[in-house]
Amino acid sequence: MRYSALQVLKEGLTGNKGWRPVWREPEPKKQYDVIIVGGGGHGLATAHYLAKEHGITNVAVLEKGWIGSGNIGRNTTIIRSNYLLPGNEPFYELSMKLWEGLEQDFNYNAMVSQRGIVNLYHSDAQRDAYARRGNSMLLAGADSVLLDEQGVRKLCPFLDYDNARFPIKGGLWQPRAGTVRHDAVAWGYARGADSRGVDILQNCEVTGFTLENGRCVGVDTTRGKIGARKVAVCVAGSSSRVMAMAGMRLPIESHVLQAFVSEGLKPTLPGVITFGAGHFYISQSDKGGLVFGGDIDGYNSYAQRGNLPVVEDVCEGGMAVMPMIGRARLLRMWGGIMDMSMDGSPYIDKTSIPGLYFNGGWCYGGFKATPASGWCYAHLIATDRPHDTATAYRLDRFRSGAVLDERGAGAQPNLH
Amino acid sequence: MIIHHPLLGPRDAAEFVYLGDASLLNRPDPAAPSAAEDFYTYLHLRDNTAGEHRELWYHEQGDRSWLVLTRNTLTHEITRVELARDVAGQAS
Amino acid sequence: MSGYRVNQGLLADSPAVPFVFNNRPFSGVQGDTLASALLANGQTLVGRSFKYHRPRGIFSAGPEEPNALVELRTGAFKEPNTRATVVELFNGLTAKSQNHRGPLSFDVMAINDRLSPILSAGFYYKTFMWPKAFWEKLYEPVIRAAAGLGSLSGEEDPDSYDKGFLHTDLLIIGAGAAGLSAALTAGRAGQRIIIADEDFLPGGRLNLESFLVDDMPAAQWAAHSIAELRTMPHVRFLPRTTVYGAYDHGVYGALERCTDHLASSDGKPRQILWRIYTQQTLLCAGATERSIAFGDNDRPGIMLAGAVRAYLNRYGVAPGKQVAVFTNNDDGWRTAADLINAGVTVTAVIDTRSGEAPLPIANARICMGSEVIATQGRLGIHSVTLRNGQTIHCDCLAVSGGWSPNVHLTCHQRGRPVWRDDIAAFVPGQTIPTGMRVVGAANGSLSLTQALHEGHDAALQALQASGLTASANTAPKATAESTDLSAFWHVAGCRGRSWVDQQNDVTTKDIALSYQEGFRSVEHLKRYTTLGMATDQGKTSNVLGLAVLAKLSGKSIEQTGTTIFRPPYTPVPIAAFAGRARGKHFRPVRHTPSYQWANQNGADFVEVGMWMRAQWYTQQGESHWRQSVDREVRQTRESVGICDVTTLGKIDIQGADASEFLDKVYANTFSTLAVGKVRYGLMLREDGFVMDDGTTARFSDTHFVMTTTTANAVSVFRHLEFCRQCLWPELDVHLISATEQWAQYAVAGPNARRLLETVVDAPFDISNEGFAFMACAELSVCNGTPARLFRISFSGELAYEIAVPARYGHALMDALMQAGQPYNVMPYGTEALGVMRIEKGHAAGNELNGQTTAANLGLGRMVSAKKDCIGNVLSKRPAMNPDNPIELVGFVPLDANASLNAGAHFIRPNGEPNLASDEGWMTSVAWSPSLNGSIGLGFIQNGSQRLGETVIAADLLRSKHTEVKIVSPHFVDPDGERLRG
Repeated sequence: MRYSALQVLKEGLTGNKGWRPVWREPEPKKQYDVIIVGGGGHGLATAHYLAKEHGITNVAVLEKGWIGSGNIGRNTTIIRSNYLLPGNEPFYELSMKLWEGLEQDFNYNAMVSQRGIVNLYHSDAQRDAYARRGNSMLLAGADSVLLDEQGVRKLCPFLDYDNARFPIKGGLWQPRAGTVRHDAVAWGYARGADSRGVDILQNCEVTGFTLENGRCVGVDTTRGKIGARKVAVCVAGSSSRVMAMAGMRLPIESHVLQAFVSEGLKPTLPGVITFGAGHFYISQSDKGGLVFGGDIDGYNSYAQRGNLPVVEDVCEGGMAVMPMIGRARLLRMWGGIMDMSMDGSPYIDKTSIPGLYFNGGWCYGGFKATPASGWCYAHLIATDRPHDTATAYRLDRFRSGAVLDERGAGAQPNLH
Repeated sequence: MIIHHPLLGPRDAAEFVYLGDASLLNRPDPAAPSAAEDFYTYLHLRDNTAGEHRELWYHEQGDRSWLVLTRNTLTHEITRVELARDVAGQAS
Repeated sequence: MSGYRVNQGLLADSPAVPFVFNNRPFSGVQGDTLASALLANGQTLVGRSFKYHRPRGIFSAGPEEPNALVELRTGAFKEPNTRATVVELFNGLTAKSQNHRGPLSFDVMAINDRLSPILSAGFYYKTFMWPKAFWEKLYEPVIRAAAGLGSLSGEEDPDSYDKGFLHTDLLIIGAGAAGLSAALTAGRAGQRIIIADEDFLPGGRLNLESFLVDDMPAAQWAAHSIAELRTMPHVRFLPRTTVYGAYDHGVYGALERCTDHLASSDGKPRQILWRIYTQQTLLCAGATERSIAFGDNDRPGIMLAGAVRAYLNRYGVAPGKQVAVFTNNDDGWRTAADLINAGVTVTAVIDTRSGEAPLPIANARICMGSEVIATQGRLGIHSVTLRNGQTIHCDCLAVSGGWSPNVHLTCHQRGRPVWRDDIAAFVPGQTIPTGMRVVGAANGSLSLTQALHEGHDAALQALQASGLTASANTAPKATAESTDLSAFWHVAGCRGRSWVDQQNDVTTKDIALSYQEGFRSVEHLKRYTTLGMATDQGKTSNVLGLAVLAKLSGKSIEQTGTTIFRPPYTPVPIAAFAGRARGKHFRPVRHTPSYQWANQNGADFVEVGMWMRAQWYTQQGESHWRQSVDREVRQTRESVGICDVTTLGKIDIQGADASEFLDKVYANTFSTLAVGKVRYGLMLREDGFVMDDGTTARFSDTHFVMTTTTANAVSVFRHLEFCRQCLWPELDVHLISATEQWAQYAVAGPNARRLLETVVDAPFDISNEGFAFMACAELSVCNGTPARLFRISFSGELAYEIAVPARYGHALMDALMQAGQPYNVMPYGTEALGVMRIEKGHAAGNELNGQTTAANLGLGRMVSAKKDCIGNVLSKRPAMNPDNPIELVGFVPLDANASLNAGAHFIRPNGEPNLASDEGWMTSVAWSPSLNGSIGLGFIQNGSQRLGETVIAADLLRSKHTEVKIVSPHFVDPDGERLRG
């Protein structure tokens, strides 16, 4: 069923009786061409692009709970392509371009809102680093504008310019960045994949991999054994646990990242703003809530909840940079599990086991990457070659030393 | 979280800085023929356990002890706290 | 206009309090909430719903309120989305209704309600997609403008907020029947207690009921109990304090509202954010009533039955003149009974259950086994229609669908509640926070007697756990009550919409549509319909929504499950979480010992981490910072300058194995360093990239002093302690950070030695022979002040760094300036320091950014091949040693007048500006007074092999493309003659 204003009107006038499920609830088949383990944003996007771009439709997406229950349903919804390193920037710019055509692509309004991101800087050295980054972005065909203090004032007159501990000297602005209605991304990809024949199997947890002659030929699940020519794992927050079933140790630690939303407010923020002298980033949702976050708690955790020190640290950052939000109330705080990689960059790669593929290690930057991650993972699965923009995301890059360390923090996951 | 420091008693976790898996105590032999592979594995690959996890914390806002905590990553329950130098000493 | 004041309740003789609502003057009484005062004034309509802008009235009498949200106060003090039901009335209070265009009674946005068939759940996911460009320009701005509730003032929050830490043995959350009973038992036995209650009048239910406790009116018993607890020195009573979250290991977050009930905070903190550390916790948080879904059940005047009773018994306000009650349980009947006793007309009691009326209600129509299927009235209810077609007049409908225990805090650590059929509610599950017990209504024990008993029993257990003995007392006795209930959720077959979430406008039809479209998990339901996502987080609506979903799916509510309860229990202002850490106090400030000296001598300061460092010193007649910096550089290079370098990290390293330790942590060798000498050291991370650099001096066989960069002082020290304690505990070596113990100054320039000659005490030999380049010594200066002298140079000049105990820093600065007068000595700041290090080609923060290797920096030879060190093995990885590495070199513009930009990327002269032709980037630039032109440092592929080549420094950001020549990074004195002179 095609969605349109006309359809909404027609259904509205006839009691909304004609709407059908956005995805089917099929029974698992015995055998698929491709099994994607993980019904999050990346997994569903992979399925969508496998079907749409590569014509591979005999695909199942296995989800242990409900689709979109991982970080796609639990993030601060920011999209941007403001990366520094040549191994990263073209990938994220591909993602941005896919975001820009996404709704027409899967006929679902995920409310891609390109209202820009400003990364504030507070020192000359930070400005220089942002200038290097902005130029990298422009060299890669993305958009970037270096603002001085006056430029930031024009864009965000409500920041603390006059009484700040770390004065705002300017910002790196990416006008095409923005936010997206996160849950709708999962649903839209599910709809796109399902409509092309992909089976989305909820409440279907993978409990083991089937290996034959050293090759992965399927999975054991809570809904029975399912065979496949290729098995592609895509389970942010559970990567180490799942890959351990294939006997693999990963360059990943799982950490909790908290995020926050305020009560609904009339529009007050123009786009995404990040603080450069503390851990704080913020945007305002279409519903009016201030959506904000900061640093990870910093210790390994699978608990999907955090502790107070980081909550206070984040709000201190918020009050330092925009003290007008003081009387807005924090409505809800939650925690998601981030698969932090050893250099802050992700993995999209084959594994040492033929037929088994891995996508993960997105740290807390996975949401914005959803379309490109799906696109490149589908490309890898379909062609057995990495996509041009994702050649750096090798699982064994630490053996060779070809690290992708945007922050220069070294092999310590909680610093990325 | 509260960490029961073996010398100082209960302290807020906010006084500490976290490093990671306690396997970082076991620095490989740099002279071994397999040193390149050993160091790659040592520094980068993790069990990343969901459950009981031995891990390194540093009492930065305190006595500067490195501690080895045994903490459950699913519940955050801490069942054991040791001085890292004691653990490292036992290992060698 | 139907509510009115009845002369009874706890506020019978309270003085009047004037206030303003929607610009109209009103009068309430002391002890009112804004909601009770509005009701007493007959103000039924108080707001508009989120999506359809339906008229909304006061629904509850507590923090669960979904409807009665106002903008409280004015100007910068404006507080949007404030629940009128918890706002304590004060003299001059000003409030406005929100989310309407035009007057509250005629909101033009109510057109949305007419369009509701089209604006069904999730409609926006299916449209607004064509034409593509319209989303950004038209659709989204319109949607955004319509969304949101109240508005922020846009001004800085003028109030201040405090934070505090409390430690206790027993935290009691909620001072209602259960909490007070527990506190009395535990308090009388001497246990250290904190008892917190969110209300300004603690007592919970006790203040709302007509019951007796220990033979006195319940409210009086509460007041007596509180008075007794307040006399106990080991009990801390915190009214107006919400425990909003339960965190690991007995840490609870609480918010105390100190001045919200006053017209002005008067300079005092508005709120205090407490972090409470406790051994044991009793959760006595009570229960929240919920509604029933039936046709048009959202009209102003339709309220929770318990709330109607609360307004009557506590505030002396009847919410209507003719009240009807619709209930599925016995508790609803008591509202009717109390109303009758207060002389308020009850027109009917409609009970979904058949059978006998549990209580006699005089003169009311009793409708057992009946249901309300519709209501009438535009801005307020005036009648209801029953299943049998009867119409009953009422200006207030009190609804009770049963009570949901406030299990929130039991779930903050991912515990899941369990379903109890007998009370049709979720109660705490097995996995609750360690040390917590749940007592009374929060535990599903809904009667007053149960609450008092459970409170007492739980206190006994808490005492036992603490090793205390209870004094002989028993639980208080209360009037018996019946809490029988028969689950009933949704009146089927209503023509009007049946509302579940009144703030977000979610109806039973929306839930059905969600199910129809495949959104069948509770989480999908919530996310698709926004059920329970409003400011009340579904306190009165979630269970009802689950019940409707469960019926659709044919599952039980237990199988359906709940969404996750997350902190905070009720919303907390962002400013409260920040406390005092905002503005200039966002982070502490570190000053060096001569900060005051610098301040008095024209310094402009710059933030360097927490430090404030002198950036340059402005002299008379200088109007641009470049004039000052150029002068400082010239004067230093020509005569002598002084720079405060105290902020560099200083680590004292001692022990028999100190030199062995240094060999392990530095890439180069230190065991060969002679006593009395300094060496530049390069430190790698274990992954082989450069971590930091600095100099280390050897004062004896077993004593070294290391310096680190300012930025990495803390992380290097942490790293060294890791190496010492975790990797090589067998080494005899000890470390101490001495950054703040020593004030340190660079004295640089051709006259540096002459200056210092007059400062060092005899017989110290400071001659070039006696104290050569890279020498160090402990000595005394200025007639006996202990000091350390290092002959090291960052500027490239003949230079020293002199350190004295921090308390002499200011005095030393004075002494050095005085000694330097003959040479016209000048202090120089971080800018001049930076210019000179760029002129000299030294790497600093912009080059040591954690992404570079020793080879990149031209220091590859320093990584000793003879010994192991941290980072040695992995620094040899192939991708870190490519054939065309980026290398640090210098750059000058071909056009001598051109300036350079850091952050520009290098491309070949004929190269296209794209990633493929990107060869590196400019890291640091300066205008060099010594070369009289712009210079830069940067990384470029194979830089050291390309000296003399021209490339483009492409700064696309600033549209500035500059032809630059690759040169040696050592712009000044490349052979180092000056620093050895």
